[in-house]
Amino acid sequence: MKIKVIVTLKNGVLDPQGKAIQQTLNGMNFGNVEDVRQGKYFEIEVKEKDEKKAKSLVDDMCKKLLANLVIEDYKIV
Amino acid sequence: MRSSVIIFPGSNCDRDMDVALKKFGFKNQMVWHNDQSIPKSDLIVLPGGFSYGDYLRCGSIASKSKIIKSVIDFANSGGLVLGICNGFQILTETGLLNGILQQNKFLNFICSNVYVKVKDKQNKYFKDLKKDVLELHIAHNEGNYFCSEDELKLLEDNNQIAVTYCGKDGTENETSNPNGAIKNIAGIFNKNKNVLGMMPHPERMIDKYLSGEDGSLFFKNILDNFK
Repeated sequence: MKIKVIVTLKNGVLDPQGKAIQQTLNGMNFGNVEDVRQGKYFEIEVKEKDEKKAKSLVDDMCKKLLANLVIEDYKIV
Repeated sequence: MRSSVIIFPGSNCDRDMDVALKKFGFKNQMVWHNDQSIPKSDLIVLPGGFSYGDYLRCGSIASKSKIIKSVIDFANSGGLVLGICNGFQILTETGLLNGILQQNKFLNFICSNVYVKVKDKQNKYFKDLKKDVLELHIAHNEGNYFCSEDELKLLEDNNQIAVTYCGKDGTENETSNPNGAIKNIAGIFNKNKNVLGMMPHPERMIDKYLSGEDGSLFFKNILDNFK
């Protein structure tokens, strides 16, 4: 079963790359871009048929490795 | 004083550290990350470099290495653990040190000499150090120290801030902050001050014919405090 995870920076944490992307978009005449936050996306193939179990396993992975909870939030989608 | 330098795939300051430690009289050994245990040591060093190619987050993969359990046990029993640059990043990822090293504020890799102010001398690294400002070298892309406001307050209240970026005369301001680190932080301790992580490389400043000798003071001081 494939589980998808999105990791993003927490609100309030400076995202210099997002800022650079926003400024570039503004410079390309996408003037209405007010903010960009960059994140990470994972597709994790788990050998598990039960979706609830698989997601709970991935949740544990997020806490232990995939996200650093000091600055990042994660969402299992 | 016995020391061990841990080598991870992608470490690249391990040999420099070995040379520096031996120059001042440490009995140093190199330890591979996949080993289960560390030889008897008084100091463990996690060197600089790009362990695991900085994949995922700098230091995150190395922080799950086999050897790390021994490093954590050693630290928790009061042993001295020093993380330089990528070693500092690894220490934050293990949870031995608070916070995280983010990408530099201006998205640039910085390679230059900097001045750092020693903020606390009540510890085995800086006790009785004759200077308050050291000239050291930094080379990093992710050295922008960040932690939550609560964690910062704890660091300040407990004097866990070890070194901060400053000018030659010791002034700390935005101009002397190369990477955007919160409060100009260049290095911090754990609560018991036996674990020190810092971005600057003392091992690159041990010879007057290379770039300077303030790193020599740092290593000699650790030895003096051990005696």
